[in-house]
Amino acid sequence: MENTAIRAGGWTLLGFACLFASAMAADAPFAVHMGIFAIAALIAAWVSIGRVGSEEKRAFADSRRDVYYDEVIRWGTIATVFWGVVGFLVGVFIAAQLTFPWLNVEPYLNFGRLRPLHTSAVIFAFGGNALIATSFYIVQRTCRASLFMPGLARFVFWGYQLFIVLAATGYLMGVTEGKEYAEPEWYVDIWLTIVWVAYLVVFAGTIFRRAEPHIYVANWFYLAFIITIAMLHLVNNLSMPVSLLGSKSYAAFSGVQDALTQWWYGHNAVGFFLTAGFLGMMYYFVPKQAERPVYSYRLSIVHFWSLIFLYIWAGPHHLHYTALPDWAQTLGMVFSVMLWMPSWGGMINGLMTLNGAWDKIRTDPIIRMMVFALAFYGMSTFEGPMMSIKAVNSLSHYTNWTIGHVHSGALGWNGMITFGALYYMVPRLWGRTRLYSLRMVNWHFWCATLGIVLYAASMWVAGVTQGLMWREYGDNGYLVYSFAEVVAALHPYYLIRWSGGLLYLAGALIMVWNIWMTIAGKLRDEAPLTDAAFDPAKDRPLPAPAAANVAPAE
Amino acid sequence: MNYHLLREFADSWALIIMTGLFLALIGWAFLPRNREANRRAAHSIFENENDNG
Repeated sequence: MENTAIRAGGWTLLGFACLFASAMAADAPFAVHMGIFAIAALIAAWVSIGRVGSEEKRAFADSRRDVYYDEVIRWGTIATVFWGVVGFLVGVFIAAQLTFPWLNVEPYLNFGRLRPLHTSAVIFAFGGNALIATSFYIVQRTCRASLFMPGLARFVFWGYQLFIVLAATGYLMGVTEGKEYAEPEWYVDIWLTIVWVAYLVVFAGTIFRRAEPHIYVANWFYLAFIITIAMLHLVNNLSMPVSLLGSKSYAAFSGVQDALTQWWYGHNAVGFFLTAGFLGMMYYFVPKQAERPVYSYRLSIVHFWSLIFLYIWAGPHHLHYTALPDWAQTLGMVFSVMLWMPSWGGMINGLMTLNGAWDKIRTDPIIRMMVFALAFYGMSTFEGPMMSIKAVNSLSHYTNWTIGHVHSGALGWNGMITFGALYYMVPRLWGRTRLYSLRMVNWHFWCATLGIVLYAASMWVAGVTQGLMWREYGDNGYLVYSFAEVVAALHPYYLIRWSGGLLYLAGALIMVWNIWMTIAGKLRDEAPLTDAAFDPAKDRPLPAPAAANVAPAE
Repeated sequence: MNYHLLREFADSWALIIMTGLFLALIGWAFLPRNREANRRAAHSIFENENDNG
């Protein structure tokens, strides 16, 4: 009782402090953000007050060591689906903006503000929630221990949602540090640091209380993801605010140092957020869904250490032919090319897990999604090293080829492995016998696949077209095409890309319906996807030859 | 942090130490005596299957 009163009082005080900061703010966006902080703190206070009387019940539930703590994973699953649809929708809209420029609504809904909204929504909101939810699911099951500090895990979940809301509203109001994938301003960065440290405590605490002597390899990948993201976030966001009550800040680095720090961050966000974390998912859910152990545990260890040691050097390939010293560019290129091998080792490890059960690709649409994800992991980790080679990069850089590459990784690898993990977890988290409909998983798979194919193919053609037109010189040494002529040439490809995005979004909407109905406890009455052939008409003895049927003559 | 600091790091023994550490960790995975432990770890996710509890 006293504890609850203190807690509610603390949240209320914090809320009023934020309101005060909002009133004293140096600029309007900061005032809005402090208002959002205040609302969040007051909601937390309200929820605390509502718990008066049920503290003991709650404390007992949190202290139970004989069941896994899944409540926060259920929230995370729903948040993943919700933010996924939001992120895909914004993506489809900005693809339409590039195709039809009149869709740019100034100032709040122009491409410049919606683009970081899209990237952050799909990477940090969709991907981040998926990573947090699956990491809590996997770490408990592989350690055979309940989650460490469930209360702190709830704080991680809600704190992370607050970070997403602050980032998203900030972009719409034009608040940005101008660093790709690290756009939120200094005070949002500080908030994310607090949430992230809490996340590390919950995850590492669960590993420390494990009942299983060995730490399963999926947890290594998750731990590497959590620790490295903390380091990247802290270093790249070092900045000095102009005023303690204003949203603007200036980076600690400048010039080429700033660019290198930014791409050291940016590429390792790909390496550790979008690769290591999702590989943690892969190393648990693919063996579980295939019902056979990972092909080679030794290869998974080699995969892990190679990624850790190589990825951190690859960032400079984003700065080819810039002011960055030549040797640093070459270093980034060489390490990027070397990364190809461990990535393919990991892909082969995942695919070969199906060795002896390849028929599951035909019969189980969830396995098919996971295999497709692995295939795209392999494809984009081949394309990436190739594009990092300076000669290739001189054609591909700043073109839509890069966008195509990112999306074959994001839609193909991250998206599909996440959908597979969601379809695996949902029936188990809500205690259902199975998903509402496997046929709808199949529809989701084909919509998403066709969407990715349209997306990647159109962006390859667009990118190469762009690269070749930009470098076309006439006899007198002048550029043949103006920039606007190149933009006009891309219109049909933008249209195809937009239709691919629409298909991918349609697949995700099918998933929303399927997961919604599964949570509601419904089972769709449908024919199974595969069945051995059976024809009752033919299920009888062969008729005897006609001659034999004639009665013997007397 | 500036260019010279990084350059000194690159020119010193640090890179050799990191390469050695990497090779040692990879070599450790290949030790024959770890074979049984690896097999057990790969199967550990299927032991005592129980979705909650």
